[in-house]
Amino acid sequence: MAQFLQQVVSGLASGGIYASLAVAIVLIYRSTRVINFAQGEMGMFMTFVALWLIDGGWPYWAAFFATLAMAFVGGVLLERIVIRPIESAPPVTVVIVTVGLLIALNGAAFWIWGGETRSFPSAFSTRPIRIGGVAFSIQDFGIIGVSLVAVFLLYLFFRFTKAGLALRAAALNPEASRLVGVRVGWMLALGWGFASVLGALSGMMVAPLVFLDPNMMRGVLLYALAAAILGGLDSPLGAVIGGLALGVGLNLISTYVDFVGDTLKLPVAFAVILGVLLVRPAGLLGRTTLRRA
Amino acid sequence: MTRHRAFGVGLQVSAFVAAVAVLALLPHWLSDFRASEVSYVGIYFVAILGLNILTGYTGQISLGHGAFMAIGGYTTAILVGHHAVRDLWTIPLAGLVAGAAGLLFGLPALRLSGLYLALATFAIAVALPPVLKKFDHFTGGSQGIQLFGDPDYTGKGFENVHVAGQTLTFNNWLYYLAWTIAVVLFALAWALLGGRLGRTFRAIRDSEVAATSSGVNLPLYKTLAFGVSAFYAGVAGSLFAIASTYVNPETFPIVLSLYLLIGAVVAGLGSLWGVAAGALFIQYLPSLAGHVSKSAGAPSVAYGVLLILVVLVLPFGAGGLLQRIGRPLTNSIFRKS
Repeated sequence: MAQFLQQVVSGLASGGIYASLAVAIVLIYRSTRVINFAQGEMGMFMTFVALWLIDGGWPYWAAFFATLAMAFVGGVLLERIVIRPIESAPPVTVVIVTVGLLIALNGAAFWIWGGETRSFPSAFSTRPIRIGGVAFSIQDFGIIGVSLVAVFLLYLFFRFTKAGLALRAAALNPEASRLVGVRVGWMLALGWGFASVLGALSGMMVAPLVFLDPNMMRGVLLYALAAAILGGLDSPLGAVIGGLALGVGLNLISTYVDFVGDTLKLPVAFAVILGVLLVRPAGLLGRTTLRRA
Repeated sequence: MTRHRAFGVGLQVSAFVAAVAVLALLPHWLSDFRASEVSYVGIYFVAILGLNILTGYTGQISLGHGAFMAIGGYTTAILVGHHAVRDLWTIPLAGLVAGAAGLLFGLPALRLSGLYLALATFAIAVALPPVLKKFDHFTGGSQGIQLFGDPDYTGKGFENVHVAGQTLTFNNWLYYLAWTIAVVLFALAWALLGGRLGRTFRAIRDSEVAATSSGVNLPLYKTLAFGVSAFYAGVAGSLFAIASTYVNPETFPIVLSLYLLIGAVVAGLGSLWGVAAGALFIQYLPSLAGHVSKSAGAPSVAYGVLLILVVLVLPFGAGGLLQRIGRPLTNSIFRKS
């Protein structure tokens, strides 16, 4: 039982990381109908920036929030410079541009900071706390907390602010929103900004666990994509649930099913997701859209 | 057939004949090393051709064509390496096995649309390498399979090949093999897609509802497109296995699937002639980017930036460019005066 609870909590912690990146993917998909393959690398790059600030003598939380601010500006700039010129091209073309971004950002991190792995300070102590005989690490709870708070703040923004409403409108019906005065182009840029912030957040959360190097986010990106499809590509809540379910599920499967272990974790995750897609083609919480001619 | 269209067909046939002539003579001016490089261009050509049939014509995005290449490659490797079948005969078989896998995958894929389908195919590409490692008695695990035994002992795979009274180096033989198959499959695709089938596929891409109401059997044709496309990928994978003389799970990595889609986009979705540009692009861009700077990471930056620039300048690929050049030309010839 103790082992079970521990696996669940650490699963929730990694699930929280997947969830924040998955929500970032969903945000961009909702507003531009594009899967951003560079999402993970954007987060990795910003984590390097955070480390650079911390090594420069900044206190952790100052560097943390400064990085988030820079990530926001960076995301907006990326949308303006590379995505906007090909707005009218087919979605595949835009996906290819994000693959180009992935390769370029990964190379840039190698170029600037080198390929060796570095340790990244954690905001939370790794000291275990005991609850009813089971040892949990404070770090796990911290990661779960930060991810959930970030997603919740984003939810409040979308639900209760005018800009949030405009963003949702622009995603849902660009034509009509433009007619009522929403500046759709800037809303898309704003979406990229928020997605970039979430990417940076998951980068800074995962770095203390797996060490920081330019390829750090490869695996995380795959699980986040899986989480996003599982929950439904246009549902942020679905992405959160998908991420947490994936984190816990994978942890339990690789602990208790010997055949799967660590090597078949990824195939099993994707097999489950393919199965879900066959029953619900738009994910667990995704809207099934009616197609018209 | 209108005069306009007859001119277009005539132009394409003469371009085809000219291209075949150039391809047949090219090895005389190529070093052995370059011949092997250009064979890989031929292999990518076949794979991108297949992907373009699926993505360019019916609009179903696949991010997992590397997986179908892997199925073809492993079919050839197992038959040649474990059962000593002559490598040439395994090529059509590899195509058929991959094609069957494509048909099988095409059926459930009918329920998915757009990027869900893209991610489902991506899932296949991601999941395949670990699965290949796990079932090692069949696939050789992470060691993989040597097609011709250990080349250090047998020398096979690199020796000269005797074909029809000619003696060719392995790389020249590979070149002719890859490009003969590429030319035949190109002609096949051109003949198939130029007619009724191509129109049906395009109708599905442009509007599934309109296609259905005009009597197109949607599930049949969408699955068929998957099968044909996977057949092409399987043939390419088989050639890839022969060219590299071994396969292991890293021979067909996840990025291969991404590269193929990059090739298809650079080629121009729905353009057969552009495929050559796409194949050249994915074979030569990495080494081109490597010339920019030697410091670690810099080539990747150059690669990514070049890729983005090419897509920004040519959002409809080489095919779009050809059309832009071609249309004013034919229009000026056939101007009503």
